Amino acid sequence: MAQDDPGVGKDQLLGFYREMYLIRRVEELAAKAYTLRKIRGFCHLYIGQEAVAVGAISALQPEDYVVTAYRDHGQILARGADPKAVMAELFGKKPGLSHGLGGSMHLASKELNFFGGYGIVGGHVPLAAGAAFAAKYRGEDRIALVFFGDGAAQQGAFFEALHLAQLWQLPVVFLCENNYYAMGTSLDRSSFVQELNRRGDGVGMENWQFQGFDVTEVYDNVKKAAAHARSGKGPVIVEAVTYRYRGHSMSDPAKYRSAEEVEQTKEQKDCLKLAEHHLKEEHGVTDEEIEAIRDEIKQIAQEAYDFAEQAEPADPAILYDYVYAE
Amino acid sequence: MAELQLREALRRAMTEEMRRDEDVFLMGEEVAYYDGAYKVSKGMLEEFGDTRVIDTPIAENGFIGVGIGAAMAGLRPIVEVMTWNFSLVAFDQIINNAAKIMQMTGGNYHVPMVLRGPVGAAENLASQHSQALESIYAHFPGLKVVSTATPKDAYGLLKTAIRDDDPVMFMESELAYGFKGEVPDEEYTIPLGKADLKRDGADVTLVTWNKQVMNCLQAAETLHSEHGIDAQVLDLRSLRPLDEEALYEAIGKTHRMVVVQEGFPFAGLAAEIAARVQEACFDALDAPILRVCNRDVPQPYATNLEQLVMPSQERIIEAARSVCSR
Repeated sequence: MAQDDPGVGKDQLLGFYREMYLIRRVEELAAKAYTLRKIRGFCHLYIGQEAVAVGAISALQPEDYVVTAYRDHGQILARGADPKAVMAELFGKKPGLSHGLGGSMHLASKELNFFGGYGIVGGHVPLAAGAAFAAKYRGEDRIALVFFGDGAAQQGAFFEALHLAQLWQLPVVFLCENNYYAMGTSLDRSSFVQELNRRGDGVGMENWQFQGFDVTEVYDNVKKAAAHARSGKGPVIVEAVTYRYRGHSMSDPAKYRSAEEVEQTKEQKDCLKLAEHHLKEEHGVTDEEIEAIRDEIKQIAQEAYDFAEQAEPADPAILYDYVYAE
Repeated sequence: MAELQLREALRRAMTEEMRRDEDVFLMGEEVAYYDGAYKVSKGMLEEFGDTRVIDTPIAENGFIGVGIGAAMAGLRPIVEVMTWNFSLVAFDQIINNAAKIMQMTGGNYHVPMVLRGPVGAAENLASQHSQALESIYAHFPGLKVVSTATPKDAYGLLKTAIRDDDPVMFMESELAYGFKGEVPDEEYTIPLGKADLKRDGADVTLVTWNKQVMNCLQAAETLHSEHGIDAQVLDLRSLRPLDEEALYEAIGKTHRMVVVQEGFPFAGLAAEIAARVQEACFDALDAPILRVCNRDVPQPYATNLEQLVMPSQERIIEAARSVCSR
């Protein structure tokens, strides 16, 4: 952190907390809707990883590009999407972000410079390099931030994008969310190198690892990475160590890991608990104030759920409308 | 009216579009300092510099993905593949990203990119370098597919493709790059999805595209001089969108049709065309629609074997005589 940077203060941390709790609540309601078969298809929940999306996206400017994979609910909410439009898309309804054409895995918003969620592991990473290429080509002051998991860090498209970004010195922040399980395959069974930031070593790219549980730590690290990319010094690859509480998707009972491992992480590293602790200990925020925020967010999430449930179904008239622009 | 080689006509189209629109750039293997593997981009580096004529490493999956991302951010990339065979390395980017991004983001993003290069057999290049892949790419909604080998058409169609807001797969021909043809001096464009009657005739329609047009024109000469059959040659030029009107008009006139398609017969475009014509115009048919395609084997290397595999004059003539019962 720069000397003159005051760091994350009370108001900003309260903002982070609100966003993380909104994601948590929306995801919990999404899980409920999925079990009631109101949300269909694949549904990959972000619970446990909220600090990464919120901390990272808060470190960006509005004109920066964000690209992510299929576990994308948290990212687009952190980018400021209307929870109602997000939930309506999960429900496959007309007012959804993509009119019900994309669903859970393909949330996108041009207005928010959010390229979207992509369902082929690693296949979205070159798109971020492309967005950054466009920014550099036009001499614009904007960068691309791409989220990907430990699974994508084994994929060819990722390696090629990483290399091209470095070769052409494109303003990209590659952010690996290492939650230690690529679906059910643990990192030690899928990667020889365990520190995934070190993927950058092979292409000579600046890289480091940090803990992704404390939102302030994520924010500070991504801010530093974004500043590097923005300064014209080329891309950066950073790894946020994190953990997902739920299975890979709603249909995954997660038998490949122990209940103790999950419980221990929830107990010791939960991003909401950590943020509450900082708010109370360092900023004098009271339990009542936190409770009030939680009530307010619960209300917002519930309104999104109710909105999606009552919204009109996707419109058959649009079936052919978005296949071709011309 | 100037006589230009196919490569010169393509170069003229790209050069004019790059002068007209700064968002247009050319990227691919050997396009800059080497002047293009087939000299299509000769001299373009000199005019536009290496920020707009960009050599890439051999990483199709990466740089085609970068092209897609840059297109989503508003640029108009022309991405050259040294041959369409190499595009298969980037099949995921083309099929799962380029073709689907507009639809799955509900119109938030679109992909105004041209992917271009030679398709089909040259001579003795064996199985991995000889494939005609129009059928594969035309299979996917979201992509447009142009395949052409005449300088006049290539110029007008490439200009349209560059200005088009959808991903256009633009397929040329290695063997035809040196073919010469008249190209009007004044600027013009040709719309996608419009077939061109390259030879008029009353007895049978030979439906084809790319360099098989030349094959069919020669076959039509022989059919006329030796068999008294008056064949017309319908050059589809673009396969998606497909000019179904022109096909139906042709069958209404000649009542007999042979589709000449370079590439494998199984589940290929020739079958699609035959199916559509018989569904729409069954009563107009005086004979079954026949197909002349590659033999259903990977391309062999030896000259005599390769000649056995390709659609030949003899096979086209035999098919035309068969449907005309002469």
